[in-house]
Amino acid sequence: MQFSILVYETQSELAARNDASRQGEYWAAYTAYSRALAEAGVMVGGAGLQQPVAATTLRLRAGKRQVQDGPFADTKEQLGGFFLIEVPDLDKALEWAARCPAASTGSVEVRPVLPPPPSAAASTRV
Amino acid sequence: MAAASSPPSAALRAAERAARESYGRLLAIIAARSRDIAAAEEALAGAFEAALTQWPREGVPSRPDAWLLTTARRRLLDAGRRARVREDAAEQVAALQEALGGEGAASPEGLPGEGPTFPDARLKLLFVCAHPAIAPEVRTALMLQVVLGLDAARIASALLVAPKTLGQRLWRAKLRIRDAGLAFEVPEREALPARLGAVLEAVYAAYGTGWDEDVEGGDTRRAGLAEEALWLARLLVELLPEEPEARGLRALLLFTEARRPARRGPAGAYVPLDAQDTGRWVGALMAEAEGELRAAAALKRLGPFQLEAAIQSAHMERARTGRVDRQAVALLYEGLVRLAPTLGAHVGRAAALAAVQGEAAALAALDAVRGMEEMDVEAYQPYWALRAHLLARLDRYAQAREAYVRAVGLCEDPAVRRFLLERASALPEDATLPRARG
Repeated sequence: MQFSILVYETQSELAARNDASRQGEYWAAYTAYSRALAEAGVMVGGAGLQQPVAATTLRLRAGKRQVQDGPFADTKEQLGGFFLIEVPDLDKALEWAARCPAASTGSVEVRPVLPPPPSAAASTRV
Repeated sequence: MAAASSPPSAALRAAERAARESYGRLLAIIAARSRDIAAAEEALAGAFEAALTQWPREGVPSRPDAWLLTTARRRLLDAGRRARVREDAAEQVAALQEALGGEGAASPEGLPGEGPTFPDARLKLLFVCAHPAIAPEVRTALMLQVVLGLDAARIASALLVAPKTLGQRLWRAKLRIRDAGLAFEVPEREALPARLGAVLEAVYAAYGTGWDEDVEGGDTRRAGLAEEALWLARLLVELLPEEPEARGLRALLLFTEARRPARRGPAGAYVPLDAQDTGRWVGALMAEAEGELRAAAALKRLGPFQLEAAIQSAHMERARTGRVDRQAVALLYEGLVRLAPTLGAHVGRAAALAAVQGEAAALAALDAVRGMEEMDVEAYQPYWALRAHLLARLDRYAQAREAYVRAVGLCEDPAVRRFLLERASALPEDATLPRARG
């Protein structure tokens, strides 16, 4: 089964990325985590995301476009990255989520991935 | 004086513990008779609810436990009468009445006293929770819920399982017990060791969930279940005084618990076992553990938990003599891998070998573990941490660094992560790399 691991980081943790006294440990921890996922053969994909301030959010409402600087929601914890993993069940996914560095300071969301969409022909039938 | 000086949370915990003790004792009696844990839980919950409304009005009964038991049994009977789902409902009700009218029960007037006169059916309940027909991963959760009355959400957190999933598994397990008619009894002599092993494993697993908690002023109501596991281990020794493995488990948990104050430095840094300040180990717990180990040895039936406890004891001799008898530890691990060849035992044995046969031999032992069937080391953090340590001692720094990185990636505890990262960055450049002459 495929699961997404969504990494929600606190402002303090995100700030560590650019803090000379903290960034060594910060990046080492995430690099090690990614390597462990890969070497255990469970990593399917994933990416680290730039800081929330680098985000742009778009909405279309009643024909009007709204484009805002910043992330989707102004929450205390922000999405910092995600992993896609292939494991037998949710229990295993949670084990891996617990190893994510953000688990002890922020939050880690685990959500099953939808099965791939059907063929193009099938998916146009409504 | 005690009342004035103990904080409200301690008093609350004491009250909770008392309720917990009653809960398990009562549930065990009801469930053992009806063999339907879920129905027993509901009946008992109803009885507690009834107590909350009636006792303020009518006063607390002189024997609250007996009151709860009678009330719960009455509710169970009524529920049985109302459930007309099967054709033989009338027969069921009759059987239930007969069962509830058996030993330990009575009319409201002639209730048996508390304590020894109530049959302690918790042992039967523990054994049925560890029945081979119950999936191993559910056993711990089941025991904690039915014997201690712990909230399922809390159990789920501690065991790192989604609450919904755990709820479903517990439900299915109780159905299994009821529908398959699993016996509520202490197994016969031949089957006892294996079944007891399963019970002890489940309690040990519960203890492990409380291992990574912060020490300083940590709220013991948080995710971990160390206190509950210690309590269950003590209960098992009380209920099975002639079983050395029960004492072995209790000793193991006590030794481990004794080290809790020493496991973290003042700033929360991780402190490995051999570097711990033995002055911070809790002497009273160690003494209790030694007592259990001695009592177990007198019963002359060796087992894996006794061996693990003995290994802990050997490590903690350092408090008394200033050193650890490495030969003894290595020997104990040899015994352990023969009796209980788990991944943990194999890795522990390899670590012990390093001190008596050198790092190369230990590394060879580790490599051998990786090749064993059913030994999945890929996500087993202690394997990689040990491997890194051994490679570093053998001056194979590049490989050590890789192993450290792997170990870091498998850590849950940020303090351990930091410790390993520091070790990795302290490594010199690889001595085996060719150096330019000049």
